[in-house]
Amino acid sequence: MEKEVIMQRLIQIFKDVFDLDDVVLTPDTTADDIEEWDSLEHINLISAVESSFKMKFKMKEISTMKNVGEMISIIQERAKR
Amino acid sequence: MKILSYPFDNSLILKKKRSIKKQLLSDNSTRIKKKIAVLGGSTTDEIVNILELFLLNYGIEPVFYQSEYAQYWQDAVFGNEELDSFNPDIIYIHTTSRNITEFNISMTASQSEIDDMLSKQYNHFKSAWTALKNKFKCPIIQNNFEMPFYRFLGNKDVSDYRGKTNFLNRLNNMFCSYSQDNDNFYINDINYISASYGLQKWSDPGSWYMYKYALCTAAIPELSFNIANIIKSIYGKNKKMLVLDLDNTLWGGVIGDNGQQGIDIGHETGLSEAYTEFQEYIKAHKQLGVLLAVDSKNDYENAIDGLNHPDTVLTPDDFVTIKANWNTKDLNIEEISNEVSILTDSFVFVDDNPAEREIVSAQIQGIAVPDIDSVESYIKALDRNGYFELTSYTTDDIKRNDMYQANIKRLKSEKSFANYDEYLKSLEMSALIDDFDPVYLSRIVQLTNKSNQFNLTTKRYTQTEMENVLYYNNYIRLYGKLTDKFGDNGVVSVVIGHKEYNNLHIDLWLMSCRVLKRNMEYAMLDTLVNKCLENNIDNIYGYYYKTAKNSMVKDLFLDFGFKLMSEDENGNRVFTFNINNYSPKNNVIKIYNNGGF
Repeated sequence: MEKEVIMQRLIQIFKDVFDLDDVVLTPDTTADDIEEWDSLEHINLISAVESSFKMKFKMKEISTMKNVGEMISIIQERAKR
Repeated sequence: MKILSYPFDNSLILKKKRSIKKQLLSDNSTRIKKKIAVLGGSTTDEIVNILELFLLNYGIEPVFYQSEYAQYWQDAVFGNEELDSFNPDIIYIHTTSRNITEFNISMTASQSEIDDMLSKQYNHFKSAWTALKNKFKCPIIQNNFEMPFYRFLGNKDVSDYRGKTNFLNRLNNMFCSYSQDNDNFYINDINYISASYGLQKWSDPGSWYMYKYALCTAAIPELSFNIANIIKSIYGKNKKMLVLDLDNTLWGGVIGDNGQQGIDIGHETGLSEAYTEFQEYIKAHKQLGVLLAVDSKNDYENAIDGLNHPDTVLTPDDFVTIKANWNTKDLNIEEISNEVSILTDSFVFVDDNPAEREIVSAQIQGIAVPDIDSVESYIKALDRNGYFELTSYTTDDIKRNDMYQANIKRLKSEKSFANYDEYLKSLEMSALIDDFDPVYLSRIVQLTNKSNQFNLTTKRYTQTEMENVLYYNNYIRLYGKLTDKFGDNGVVSVVIGHKEYNNLHIDLWLMSCRVLKRNMEYAMLDTLVNKCLENNIDNIYGYYYKTAKNSMVKDLFLDFGFKLMSEDENGNRVFTFNINNYSPKNNVIKIYNNGGF
């Protein structure tokens, strides 16, 4: 799957999870850039991404993932849909 | 709301929770406010967020207290100021197998050492319940334990006393015994729902290590829904009636086309087995006091023919009313509602035809219309929705279908009398009206929490609150049981007032709608006035608190002869009545008390 396609789907997931009308994502975006993205919502974000792409993050990845770009790389490697 | 009824999409609910909440809050419906303390043995944040959605959907607006992380026991046993001042209406204790502290795997342990661990673990929880019960006197909902996600002893884990599975099963049984012995204590059966969800998925260890959730986050809606069902049942928001289609719902095929011989019911084929089991499932609901009715597009004779099939489980007698005609289904539902005096928002409509379901759910506000799909999944679709979640049970429940059927017979005989008084007299009614009898307390609580229409204040009481009313002599309490020649209606009316000097203030006045227009309210008033005179009361103050459902009683006190004192902008009214020189209003019901006539 193309990185750009993944990015577009992530934008929709971010909008749903954080209930935002619009969201700007770049590979460098981190939790610090989005006000609603706290530790509690992080859990929901991860499970929403997992169910959308039919894949699982490993525990180590969740705790070390630094930004959206890294998330996209993992999704690209593992996504089933 | 469709998105919140079973089968729901867990991840969709989690993802869209904010917009779902906004939507629920903007629908302008009236909701009861309840304070819910969630005492967790693991993280509870998202459980609470999703629980809020399900409760809002059930007409309950919750405010939450959450214990600090895993402080359930400390909060319960030692208390804290925040929880004290919060003063919960209901307490939910979210503990799981992760909170088992006394059990250790030890192959050298003797049976009695394991027994010690078990009783220590049980007493740990019991001390929490006792402390909470003494302090807050409110309903407590307690998780039982899900099975462990690994079995150290393999299959022997369940049968060997040293196995953790064995230990948890025993502990679960002890929790159940406590629940049987203590009113107001309810088990949230996560052992069942985790198995139903899939234990391996449920107990995702990653969620525990990373976030200290004792279940996978995707399963949270399943858990929260289960809790919400118990809570709405405690507050009397269960459904009351199943309205059923016939063709391809209660049997396979179309009776009008295939004839009695041609429909699938019985044990001859797989298909007929499926319909038979579904009929058995439906019929069993009568024992819970759930009413059954038919709403089918059929000639009446054909419908009856189908229900008299030699292999049928459900027969015409099982239904309080049978609407088999060519009217639209929503019209029939309105008629059923009028006949039995139950609002349509307490109905569940079961029909295999998606088009009929669509029309009914669009036309009738608040009716539940499950997507029943195909016959092999009918039971699951109904069962998992928890429409009739059982939290209290009285012997009146089992008789309810008969009572309503008798009511419809009364309705028919009414038509043959010239005037209404003559009809009422012909019913040969007698009423037992007396101070609360502990034997009937659970029925009194149940009726109090279920009555919406003939209910002046719609004040709700938990079992414990009602016990306080029972043992405190500042109250005048009455319950009324009505019997007539068609049968016993059971406890149908409750009145509670508290005394202040020579005044009585009515806290609660309600009556079951199945005895409307029988002058039972006059019989209650006559008895109340007598009680007041015995207690040197001169004035009775009546209150009407307006809700979306109780407009039928807004003028009740005026009808009694009370004077309207004030009315506020919300339509709430206060009335007063001087009881000196009162003359009795009931002349059709023979009144007696526990001492006799």
